[in-house]
Amino acid sequence: MKKTYKIEVDCANCAAKMEEATKKTQGIKDATVNFMALKMVVEFEEGVDQDAVMKNVLKNCRKVEDDCEIFL
Amino acid sequence: MTRKQKKNLIRILIASGLLVILHFVPDLGIIRFFLYLIPYLIVGGDILKKAAKGIWNRQPFDECLLMAIATIGAMAIALYSNGDYTEGIAVMLFYQIGEWFQSYAVGKSRRNIAALMDIRPDNARVLEDGQMRDTDPDEVATGSIIVVEPGEKIPIDGVVIKGRSSVDTAALTGESMPRDVAENDEVISGCVNLRGELQIRTTKEFGESTVSKVLELVENASSRKSSSENFITKFARVYTPVVVGLALLLAILPPLGNMVIFHGNPEFGKWIYRGLTFLVISCPCALVISIPLTFFAGLGAASKEGVLIKGSNYLEAMSKVRILVFDKTGTLTKGVFSVAGIYPVAAGGEKSSDGKAAEDRAAKEELLELAAMAECASTHPIAKSLRSAYGKEIDRSLVDDITEISGFGVSALIRGKRVLAGNDKLMKKEQISYENAGAEQIGTIVHVAKEGVYLGYVVIADTLREGSKEAIASLHAMGIEKTVMLTGDEETVAKSIAEQVGITEYAAKLLPGDKVEKVEAMLSEKRPDRILAFAGDGINDAPVLARADIGIAMGAMGSDAAIEAADVVLMDDDPKGIAAAIRISKRCMKIVYENIWFAIGIKVLCLILGAVGIANMWLAIFADVGVMILCVLNAIRILLKRKKQPANIPCRQNDLMQEEAA
Repeated sequence: MKKTYKIEVDCANCAAKMEEATKKTQGIKDATVNFMALKMVVEFEEGVDQDAVMKNVLKNCRKVEDDCEIFL
Repeated sequence: MTRKQKKNLIRILIASGLLVILHFVPDLGIIRFFLYLIPYLIVGGDILKKAAKGIWNRQPFDECLLMAIATIGAMAIALYSNGDYTEGIAVMLFYQIGEWFQSYAVGKSRRNIAALMDIRPDNARVLEDGQMRDTDPDEVATGSIIVVEPGEKIPIDGVVIKGRSSVDTAALTGESMPRDVAENDEVISGCVNLRGELQIRTTKEFGESTVSKVLELVENASSRKSSSENFITKFARVYTPVVVGLALLLAILPPLGNMVIFHGNPEFGKWIYRGLTFLVISCPCALVISIPLTFFAGLGAASKEGVLIKGSNYLEAMSKVRILVFDKTGTLTKGVFSVAGIYPVAAGGEKSSDGKAAEDRAAKEELLELAAMAECASTHPIAKSLRSAYGKEIDRSLVDDITEISGFGVSALIRGKRVLAGNDKLMKKEQISYENAGAEQIGTIVHVAKEGVYLGYVVIADTLREGSKEAIASLHAMGIEKTVMLTGDEETVAKSIAEQVGITEYAAKLLPGDKVEKVEAMLSEKRPDRILAFAGDGINDAPVLARADIGIAMGAMGSDAAIEAADVVLMDDDPKGIAAAIRISKRCMKIVYENIWFAIGIKVLCLILGAVGIANMWLAIFADVGVMILCVLNAIRILLKRKKQPANIPCRQNDLMQEEAA
């Protein structure tokens, strides 16, 4: 199950860090952060609660890059 | 400029102003330090805050932290020696200028490309029981009637049921000539209605319409990363920790060595300063921003030409295409039958010579008119092509007693005269001596006879696309080694088409399955670094499109399955788009490599100069910010260059019109 989210982040390196953090979050199979389009494509693992996973993703992203936003 | 950018610009300006003023303030000892602290905190406060948060969140290699350590270190050294405070502040200042510039440039190209793809319709005007109602395009059911005023975008694919206009397809196809539409014509969403009001019966839902598909494709394009992008991300991940480690070693090892081995003065201050200089260069920003920005701009430039590329990885691969395989029908040719030649016989039974041009023209016109009139009731593709070549309205009252003779042709009474139009067999059957079309004539031949007298014949064939020949020539010119045409058609047709467009190899009489086999054979023969691209349309091409290294689909006319399976879509069906896309991808890759070498090269150079003590922090920050600004400017060159070309003037007019409409 793939989903696309709008994001807000300032620099390309920060976007790469967000991608890393997202990939490491439980319940995420794969993720790509597209800095130029300000979009995040997330592939969830089967049968997870997507909203809860995304909340964790945001929390993890905030850890690596304080100044970021994911529009859930 | 966004609010954040404005705020940062003001901070940069205030801090620079303060620095200039403080330059003239006399030496006040420790008070001077506090005075200099003001611009430092103004310009670098948020960096310090972020750095603190970075430590809190255990993100040690955050570039904010590195900048913070470098500048605090510089300030501390200056305080210790009551020296020059400007250095630390300047580093922060230039770092912020660089960040600001990057954010501005990225925002600008983001908007540029968004404007380029500004085809999303905001609403649809539905006509229900004579009432017009504005609604979300998503809520319009298939078969509804929508009204599109001049200057508006067509929101959903459909068929015109009332009105006449021309539509601007530039946003979708890059084609600047408006297309005329009238009743019963199909129109695709995303086009702008230019003149008259159109009533359209929708044939698809919004989600299935061209505009939705194109947007989806474009928006997801840069999510597929190229190998150069992946390389840079990996490089950045290693680069920063390595440089930080080196900085640490540089600050500790030489002074320790001095002390222990040579028993000399450790000179901690000097080596710590050099270590701090390292930290300033440790930010990988220039690389990390410029590569995806280049690809993004490249994808944007390609879509401006009517070529949609589904990912940066394909854009990268396009530059390495060496073998191009084409499908014939619908790709190199139009896939629609049309009149390819009219050959009347002169009264004496001889072919009319060039000298009698006017007479010849009249004879041709009569021949075509009779053929079109005789076929006026038929729905056969050949009949249709005759009528469309004739172009004028046919007065049916002049035609009477139409009999279709299946497998032969038609017989009709036109203006009271018996006209026969059909193939060789019809002529034989009616015992009319006819002229044998030469073997050079490829296509279907329609002979015409009036009152038992043979008039000549019309050749109907699948015509070449206008751009095919030119496209193949420019592909060969840009270094494509092999062009191959695959077709299910007859050998003679394949040969003639291949010769006409200048294709080097062809294979005829292939079943759809054979095409896959052919392509697979070519794939296994070639060297892996030579990319094979296949261009085709039609459902039966989908497996081949998927199998080739790069699948190129003809968009507007191609089937949905082909567009789905392809990696590159030509919106305006013009094979010249392939050459354009390869050109853009080559330029894009050139810039990518330029940026990679330039940025890494300058950084390594500065690191070496910094280690031996030639480069100070000033040079380091200039190098860091300067490299980034140059890389970003280099990246957006792809977009800037396009604007100067005259071919884009209609596009700009289109933009103006859209602005007016808004």
